[in-house]
Amino acid sequence: MSELLIKNGFVFDPLQGIKGDRMDIAIKDGKIVETNTLSSPSVIDAAGMTVMAGGVDVHSHVVGPKVNVGRLFRPEDKLFKSPFKTCNRMEMGFSVPSTFKTGYDYARMGYSFVNEAAMPPLHSPHVHEEIRDTPIIDNAAMPVFGNNWFTLEYLKNNEIENNAAYTAWLLRATRGFAIKVVNPGGTEAWGWGLNCDNIHDPVPYFDITPAKIITGLIETNEFLGLPHSVHLHCNNLGNPGNYTDTLDSLRLAEGYTPKNNFGRDQVMHITHVQFSSYGGDSWKNIDSQAKTIMDYVNSHDNITVDMGQVTLDETTTMTADGPFEHHLQSLNNLKWVNTDVALETAAGVVPYVYSPNVKVSTIQWAIGLEIALYSNDLMRTFITTDHPNAGPFTRYPRVIKWLMSRAARDETMKTFKWLNRTIESTTIDSIDRELTLYEIAQMTRAGPAKALGISNTYGGLAPGMDGNVAIYALNPENMPSNPDMIESAFSRCAYLVKDGIVAVKGGEIVAEPPKRTVWVDVKVPENAQVQRDIYEHFLRHYSVGVENYQLFDEHLHNPRVIEVDTTQ
Amino acid sequence: MKTVTLTLENPPELYLEGQNITPDNFAGKTAAELAAIDIWEGKLKSPLGKHFAVAGNGGATAADTKIVLRGDCTRVKRIGQQMTAGEIVIEGNADMYIGGWMKGGKIHVKGNVDSFCGIGMEGGELIVDGNAGHHLGSSPRGEWRGMQGGVIRVAGDAGNDTGTFINGGTIIIGGDADIHISTHGEGGTVIVKGNAKGRVGGQMVKGDIYVFGEIENPLPGFKLVGEVEQEVDGVKGRFAHHIGDLGERHPVSKGKTVYANLYTQI
Repeated sequence: MSELLIKNGFVFDPLQGIKGDRMDIAIKDGKIVETNTLSSPSVIDAAGMTVMAGGVDVHSHVVGPKVNVGRLFRPEDKLFKSPFKTCNRMEMGFSVPSTFKTGYDYARMGYSFVNEAAMPPLHSPHVHEEIRDTPIIDNAAMPVFGNNWFTLEYLKNNEIENNAAYTAWLLRATRGFAIKVVNPGGTEAWGWGLNCDNIHDPVPYFDITPAKIITGLIETNEFLGLPHSVHLHCNNLGNPGNYTDTLDSLRLAEGYTPKNNFGRDQVMHITHVQFSSYGGDSWKNIDSQAKTIMDYVNSHDNITVDMGQVTLDETTTMTADGPFEHHLQSLNNLKWVNTDVALETAAGVVPYVYSPNVKVSTIQWAIGLEIALYSNDLMRTFITTDHPNAGPFTRYPRVIKWLMSRAARDETMKTFKWLNRTIESTTIDSIDRELTLYEIAQMTRAGPAKALGISNTYGGLAPGMDGNVAIYALNPENMPSNPDMIESAFSRCAYLVKDGIVAVKGGEIVAEPPKRTVWVDVKVPENAQVQRDIYEHFLRHYSVGVENYQLFDEHLHNPRVIEVDTTQ
Repeated sequence: MKTVTLTLENPPELYLEGQNITPDNFAGKTAAELAAIDIWEGKLKSPLGKHFAVAGNGGATAADTKIVLRGDCTRVKRIGQQMTAGEIVIEGNADMYIGGWMKGGKIHVKGNVDSFCGIGMEGGELIVDGNAGHHLGSSPRGEWRGMQGGVIRVAGDAGNDTGTFINGGTIIIGGDADIHISTHGEGGTVIVKGNAKGRVGGQMVKGDIYVFGEIENPLPGFKLVGEVEQEVDGVKGRFAHHIGDLGERHPVSKGKTVYANLYTQI
């Protein structure tokens, strides 16, 4: 019976509407409880400090084959960037850290849940093995559906029920969490050396448009009532002028309402929207359309977004958007990995340097911040760097600093070589808004947890929820005048309590409580048609047998199952 | 300039990781303090004094400090790694990574060195009186930003993969070179005074290579464009001028395509 009392902290819990009240948080046997239920707790004195729920990351590439390819082909990412061993396991790497460093660094920042952004279904065993090796933080992983042959065929024929049955089967086969869609149709087209440039550009052979894939998957998602919504990486990502395609994609969600029992209010999550908010028609005249995109998002409650903030670092891009990575490689001439995953998806990996000396990089930096600063509802706008695509997740504290301090933004902008061009092409210089700690708690905990449909366990401090608490050495009544102190406080939390166990103290890992794999098990009525399709496809087209394809239990580490029953 | 003399009295059973033996680290320290700095044998950390006799104090700054290594340092790696100024003299042989990521100063090795010496070099001078191993002045593994500046001068032969991804600086090899010179190069100069085995300038974008002797297996990606008279490292000679690697991308500057140049002495 372990009991813990966190006393006198300034508590920020947007899920309960608590805005910096001085109060106590009690944890018993790993769960948050009412304070009067404790008998002889150990006490953490959080007086003068900020107390939030453990952080929840909605979108981060931390485990799986393409992350590992990034690790393997970027040994220089580890050179002189690997600290001497301080924890149980060696840590190494910067933009693609080792699994151990990933877990430790998230914990040091006060995070307790990270959603892996793209799992190629065929390689789900690898994903789960790396989840097992990522200490402390709980993980879920989203299999990719947007270029899957089954999905394309069912949706082309408007067979939502069949697609739902297949989706349920694949979520179980891969122990997946939600429906991820990356460049719908475009990645499949990449198999022909092509792309789908907009949402009405049909996929070769399958003759279905990205628009139909997206709406079909929204219908499938709401038919099943999954915890999370469709999680979309838009078509034509990363190209000047793509904001019109993004608006087209956003409009596809019109008329759909969420149907689920998990407290989720959106039907579509647009991820790393910074990469999809570009105006202009070439790299010479690219400008920010963040306001246009956010005006739309602000007026439509069934959409959530995350930033994909460029952090101005040397990093490693990796995505299932194969054609985009090829495009990127032809821009910077660096090394490139390209992979096809049979019947399902593809992936590419390219190192990339976002430099304050490069105009496009600094415009991208401004667009990311504008996304957050123009948002009217920070419960629907989340902090990410699309780790590691726009920058490593270890820069979240710096992103928080930029969002909370105009002075910090100005300080960074002083280093830009093309400052005037950046100011002309964006509106960042006209924005004085500075976010509050409450709004940061919305963007990093409460909001993502609600959007992922896990706000009954993660992202809040109500009794009954997991005992995940982050304590930061920041006094809301006496905030530091130097914004760098905000960054250092969020980089190394004073305490992280994970499931009632103190995992981080004074920014250092002191314990490694067990971590979990969160997945969604959907019960659907027996569907003979889909079972036959699966049998046929595996017989004719797959490189492995269906029995070997499905995840073996020994790959699954400490599961937490979210059950969805559609048969009732 | 103050001189610290390190004499290897207790040779390691394995290899020593000597990245702390640099003028930068030695500056401002007394002999007793220097005897206490860290050195690794495999994963075991021990004080420098366990293996070396230390005589003399460091200078006030790195530029003011000279380190002389005596004894058989064939199994001491990483001497002068990341140094920015000052001088190191190694009286005999040394192992791998000597002068790696060097930014300034001078290293003089009177014997032979092993592989990866002068990798990722940005400035300074590395002089080897004997032979060098593989990856001389090359880029660190995976890195596309290779040697940026400085001079590497090897009196004897060099192994393979010299100057991979070279971006600037000069490498002069007095003897022969094995395969792969300036692979992926985007600048800099490599001079081979003896013969080169082959794959000279593969995937090279920019930069210069001079070979005084023969190239045993020249690459088909280089095209002969003429003859030039040039003075190279103090030697005047006539060279056949080739451009390439024609299979690689090439930047255009002022309306003209820029190629890598390969000169072979006639």
